[in-house]
Amino acid sequence: MDYGFTIAAYVVAAVLFILSLGGLSGQESAKRAVWYGIVGMALAVAATLVGPGSGLWLLSIVLIAAGGVIGYYVAKKVQMTEMPQLVAAMHSLVGLAAVFVGFIAHIELGRVAAMDDTARKALEGFAALIAKKDAVEINILRVELFLGIFIGAVTFTGSVIAYGKLAGKVTSKAEKLPGGHILNAGAAALSVVCLVWYFNTGGMLPLAIMTLAALFIGYHLIMGIGGADMPVVVSMLNSYSGWAAAAIGFSLGNDLLIVVGALVGSSGAILSYIMCKAMNRSFVSVILGGFGGTAGPAMEVEGEQVAIDSDGVAQALDDADSIIIIPGYGMAVAQAQQSVSELTKRLRAKGKNVRFAIHPVAGRLPGHMNVLLAEAKVPYDIVLEMDEINEDFPETDVAIVIGSNDIVNPAAQEDPNSPIAGMPVLECWKAKQVFVSKRGQGTGYSGIENPLFYKENTRMFYGDAKKSLDELLTKIQ
Amino acid sequence: MKIGAPKEILEGENRVAMTPASAKDLQKLGYECVIESGAGAKAGFADAMYEAAGVEVVKTAAALFKAADIVAKVRIPTDAELKRLRKDQTLITFFNPGANEEGLKLAAEKGASVIAMEMVPRISRAQKMDALSSMANIAGYRAVIEAGNNFGRFFTGQVTAAGKVPPAKVLIVGAGVAGLAAIGTSTSLGAITLAFDVRPEVAEQVESMGAEFVYLDFEEEQQDGAATGGYASVQSEEFRNAQLKKFRELAPEVDIVITTALIPNREAPELWTEDMVQAMKPGSVIVDLAAEKGGNCKLTVKDEKIVTENGVTIIGYTDFPSRMAAQASTLYATNIRHMMSDLTPEKDGVVNHDMEDDVIRSSTVTHQGEITFPPPPLKVQAIAAKTQEKPKELTPEELKAKEAAAFKAQTKQQAILLGVGGALMLIAGLFAPASFMQHFIVFVLSVFIGFQVIWNVAHSLHTPLMAVTNAISSIIILGALMQIGSGSALVIILAALSVFMAGINIFGGFLVTRRMLAMFQKS
Repeated sequence: MDYGFTIAAYVVAAVLFILSLGGLSGQESAKRAVWYGIVGMALAVAATLVGPGSGLWLLSIVLIAAGGVIGYYVAKKVQMTEMPQLVAAMHSLVGLAAVFVGFIAHIELGRVAAMDDTARKALEGFAALIAKKDAVEINILRVELFLGIFIGAVTFTGSVIAYGKLAGKVTSKAEKLPGGHILNAGAAALSVVCLVWYFNTGGMLPLAIMTLAALFIGYHLIMGIGGADMPVVVSMLNSYSGWAAAAIGFSLGNDLLIVVGALVGSSGAILSYIMCKAMNRSFVSVILGGFGGTAGPAMEVEGEQVAIDSDGVAQALDDADSIIIIPGYGMAVAQAQQSVSELTKRLRAKGKNVRFAIHPVAGRLPGHMNVLLAEAKVPYDIVLEMDEINEDFPETDVAIVIGSNDIVNPAAQEDPNSPIAGMPVLECWKAKQVFVSKRGQGTGYSGIENPLFYKENTRMFYGDAKKSLDELLTKIQ
Repeated sequence: MKIGAPKEILEGENRVAMTPASAKDLQKLGYECVIESGAGAKAGFADAMYEAAGVEVVKTAAALFKAADIVAKVRIPTDAELKRLRKDQTLITFFNPGANEEGLKLAAEKGASVIAMEMVPRISRAQKMDALSSMANIAGYRAVIEAGNNFGRFFTGQVTAAGKVPPAKVLIVGAGVAGLAAIGTSTSLGAITLAFDVRPEVAEQVESMGAEFVYLDFEEEQQDGAATGGYASVQSEEFRNAQLKKFRELAPEVDIVITTALIPNREAPELWTEDMVQAMKPGSVIVDLAAEKGGNCKLTVKDEKIVTENGVTIIGYTDFPSRMAAQASTLYATNIRHMMSDLTPEKDGVVNHDMEDDVIRSSTVTHQGEITFPPPPLKVQAIAAKTQEKPKELTPEELKAKEAAAFKAQTKQQAILLGVGGALMLIAGLFAPASFMQHFIVFVLSVFIGFQVIWNVAHSLHTPLMAVTNAISSIIILGALMQIGSGSALVIILAALSVFMAGINIFGGFLVTRRMLAMFQKS
């Protein structure tokens, strides 16, 4: 088949991908949108296989099928709480694939350059494409594939580390090698040097050195970022994997790769932006890790934490008419979403108004809590965003905080010296009563005291979230 | 150790510091309880009831003071009572230490520890033993009842076969504990209730009780009540004038006025002047809860009920809690019991007089032969909740100007960005070959589309979004597919690996997205 058909298929696929992302604006249309994505992908792959420039299509299909089986198995088996790890792991695959594709382009470039004109004319496939390029285009190609490999390599090691952190295989604390960001800057500078070198010589060595440097940057950058900043990291890596695809698309002259890469890249960038805004921190400060210095002494926290047992909570819930539940990462860790759902069901059966308030950075992945609650069959129309529900707290009888800390910290509003000052938070303390389900008296990820726990209308419901809730369920019929 | 409560000596005092119920709780703390015979009679607690609760009943006050290691009382002790104290005995009572120097000296000489209930600081932890509040609550309630008793009409409005009855209009001045209790009682009886307080921050509390807050036309920065431990403080002359003017307006309308305005350690401020009384309708009632400190109305006679020439009843009783002795005793005894549980952290029936504890330190006025009044300032400030400064309301013109400026700034920013971006693009176009620029256009447009589309994605679907973008970023498979048939074995291996990995991603990504989306159910 000729080239025109492939391009046409790409156009259709690109439209389908855009529709697929656009469909995610609502829960119902999203179910349709996934199919757009699937059809688009199938079309793109099929068109490429039958189109010019590809060979060994049997091998390709076998490999896709084999990968598909693994993908199918993983997708079926994965727990919803493990979703952040899965997403990170998948990013690493895209990153690595981008590195490989970049290297192939380099190898082919070298091979073609060594040929004479007659041999070039006889070439087929990808090599033929390169053979047509003139000197300027070759130079641009070099820059493109260099960038593709660089971004791909950073994405690869970064995602692997992010996966390790999210899966608990690597410490989730922010750890840096001695030298800190100087090392990253050094590696980046080295990469720039390699770029110039490669641009002028086209040799393998600068490319290899740059790859190692990029792998190091990915590793070290993500090691230096703590667990609670993972929503930003994961969406950033998502963005990178898109940019890597786009860069490769440039070097291969494939518009569909460019389109999709740009879509994914901008999607990840927006997600990172939303997450950063929700933490009131700049992207740079998140990536550089840790919280900035405080402007002065923290406000003294007064009072004491008052504990309560399940009888007390059950009593209060029985008396309440409106209840807001604020889940956090702690709920995911304790796998308590089923118990939360059961509690919600029983309270709703009694005619109480139960809603959920989700902070944009709750959990370890953008939208993490929504997915967990959906898994536990909590209807999505009672799960609300921070902006939608924050004004309702004063009219709420009971707010239940399950495993979240910094996102409900009143210091963000009350104490201008607090490291999280200005961060938008869920104002649960305005509810008549607040129950905090928490394992112990420790501080949150940012290590700052939470005055919420000391407020007069707050009661601490200590213990593992799942156990506490199950105990509570026995008392609410 | 033994804890005992004597009969109150003061004429007309009906309360008692220990009830059968509180005695049972005290026994749980490890104490034995004694009571003077007949101490609870006026509050409705017979000796037999105390005996049934395991309390030892002794005949005389002298015997009680001898038997008990801790004595709990209600009223300020008389000299005779103080002389009965002995070394290391503890006395818990109202003491009025600010104006009872002799009593302090006498108690210190005897070596007894005296805990003055009115000195319990106003912090959240100590609320359970704040007897002033619990008594004020009763006083507020009783003030309304007394007023109703002397008021010739219904509180609530009614339309009956025998004619229409207008509702009573009640003004409550001072929305402290007593004021709020009075508001609650008055509104639940059905009266139209107005309330005033110098602390504007209590308006919300007033309104939550169902009363209408009386606002003044007054422009001065009003002092925050939190700075003075939740009490009202002295006001400026202008403020006072504005306040009196408002009251003068209200005086002909209201049927019942209940004044509760007190400033700590000062004479009660005059708020209801003689001319206001004159302006009131005959049959109206004033209850002055500040009568003890001179009254908010100068016509008030302490402990008496008078009727003015124009037929306004002014009640100046100071013993409202005692008039509801059963209720007052129950609450007071509970306050005492909480004080004891703070004094007995081990629950072993032994007093541990911890002078490091803020609450105990503040309320102790004599200890180990020393006078420990006045107490040092609290380590924990009474009320921390400062009302946050509200952002200034902008006038429409300012708002408009601000919007225009913001719009201008935005336009400028966009123009600069577009200009710089366009220039860069042109420069790139000068050097880059046309084939590159073609792809570049596609790239830039795609980024734009991406930004437009992604902003509309629901927050709750961010995880599915990541999974689906993950799946479609495996589009990199196209690159590998294009290369796989080209060239050397190394190329084939690398390309094959890429295809394989992208395959995992495509299937895994889409399937997991589908799985997630299927979970989102509407209720």
